[in-house]
Amino acid sequence: MTPEDAAAALRERFGETIQDVLRFRGEVSAVIPRESVPEVCLYMRDDLGFNFLEDITAVDWLDRSPRYDVVYHMTSFKDWIRFRLKTLVDAENGPPTVIPVWPAANWAEREVWDLFGIEFQDHPQLERLLMPEGWIGHPLRKDFPQTQITLPRPRAEKIEEIS
Amino acid sequence: MVTEEIRGDTMLLNMGPQHPSTHGVLRLLLELDGETVIRMVPDIGYLHTGIEKTGERLKYQQVITLTDRMGYLDNMLDELAYVLAVEKLLGIDVPERVKWVRVLLAELERISSHLVWLGTHALDLGAMSVFLYCFRERERILDIKENLSGVRMMTAFIRIGGLMADLTPQFEPKVREFLKIMPGMIDEYEELLTRNEIWIDRTRNVGILPAETAIAMGCSGPTLRGSGVPYDIRKCMPYGGYENFDFDIVVGTHGDVYDRFQCRMKEMRESLKIVQQALDGMPEGPWRIDDRKVVPPPKDEIVSGMESLIHHFKLWTEGLKPPVGEVYNAIEGARGEMGYYVVSNGTGKPYRFHMRAPSFYNLQALPLMSHNYLVSDIVAIIGSIDIVLGEVDR
Repeated sequence: MTPEDAAAALRERFGETIQDVLRFRGEVSAVIPRESVPEVCLYMRDDLGFNFLEDITAVDWLDRSPRYDVVYHMTSFKDWIRFRLKTLVDAENGPPTVIPVWPAANWAEREVWDLFGIEFQDHPQLERLLMPEGWIGHPLRKDFPQTQITLPRPRAEKIEEIS
Repeated sequence: MVTEEIRGDTMLLNMGPQHPSTHGVLRLLLELDGETVIRMVPDIGYLHTGIEKTGERLKYQQVITLTDRMGYLDNMLDELAYVLAVEKLLGIDVPERVKWVRVLLAELERISSHLVWLGTHALDLGAMSVFLYCFRERERILDIKENLSGVRMMTAFIRIGGLMADLTPQFEPKVREFLKIMPGMIDEYEELLTRNEIWIDRTRNVGILPAETAIAMGCSGPTLRGSGVPYDIRKCMPYGGYENFDFDIVVGTHGDVYDRFQCRMKEMRESLKIVQQALDGMPEGPWRIDDRKVVPPPKDEIVSGMESLIHHFKLWTEGLKPPVGEVYNAIEGARGEMGYYVVSNGTGKPYRFHMRAPSFYNLQALPLMSHNYLVSDIVAIIGSIDIVLGEVDR
């Protein structure tokens, strides 16, 4: 199977749900609506053999609505091919979590929430992963300044509590 | 901060972030029943430097300086992964010689990274002398890198469209000498450890990771291959000229600490095989491509030709401009799948770039490996997945 075959299989199985199939430099990506992410991922894992989740990340397109791309990369250990799924979301309406499909998604989704603020539905632990607890804002958003930010003082309250 | 409730008779133990055996700044919150770990929560982010955010305001060429600082034990592999992704985005192909030099350097780097792993892993388990031997041999590789690029660690030698410079005249004799002594040195390490009863006691049947769990958790590299899954991107999805080389994928059987140890030891020998082949068959030719939109013109052209001067000026002020699009490219790093996702909006700076760090996913599987082992085993298990926190936290 090639990535093209995978895209064709998705088209056949899900029909209009597959909003678009993009091709660039030999890579194939399918764009799907956010609510069908777990369903499509489960189909990709069980029927198309994409058993290995490589990565989940996001891209912020500041002026677009919906604003974010959430990007899933996966590999098939059967045919040694990669595939990319994309879904367009707003921060408060993130896609449902894919932890039941690939447990590896846990930290990956947490990182995306931490750095972009995209709320993955039903994620068991959307907490800060890389940024310190108590951090305000989500640094990888394009409207987050790169310099001159006032750092929050996460420990200040606790110190007052103790003393 | 991770807050966990204490249940019944268990005890909470904070391991790190300054614990020497955590190889960086990793904090583990352990819940202990006596000396047995019944729960573990890794807490990461202490080395987060915002590389992805910083990269968005740098030009494509400048990002290489950031990737160097991510996996600081195998920085040329990080450079290679990033450069290959950008080259894919640009749609360019590099000369044969460049590919071979890159493969050679990548394998040297893999050996160097595995030497640090072996030294520190053995040191954690009480074998001090192995540490000293490993760092002695690693120094030779650092010498080779210094000779090539002028820097021991943050080399920035692999550039978009080629290399920083051609190989130096001293390079070949230095590598040949290294190839001559290194097999004997690996024999020496193996003599100290492989059949050492204490070593086997500490590592056999410890930290077992079943193959299905490893795949589901996104583990890669020796951590995955130790469990018997033959996933090596160099073979499965060859990139950058690896299809020309003859080597084997090393896999384990049980997926315990000892198997992962064996995997890496054998991988070093496989890497030596590749280095030997690359050195013997090194093709002649240019060391970078001839595309003025990607690599700067030679100095003598800049001072004599107007067009070259313009190209040079444009390249350093505006940068190279890939077409609008996105690519994901992964290589086999020393710790596993090192992937770069680069999004271009047609300007000279990456609109977004993201790394898939192997250690990030390997570390996520650590609680599953450590369940129901003793605290002293945790040190062995952490050593066996060979995490680099610079790459986890980015």
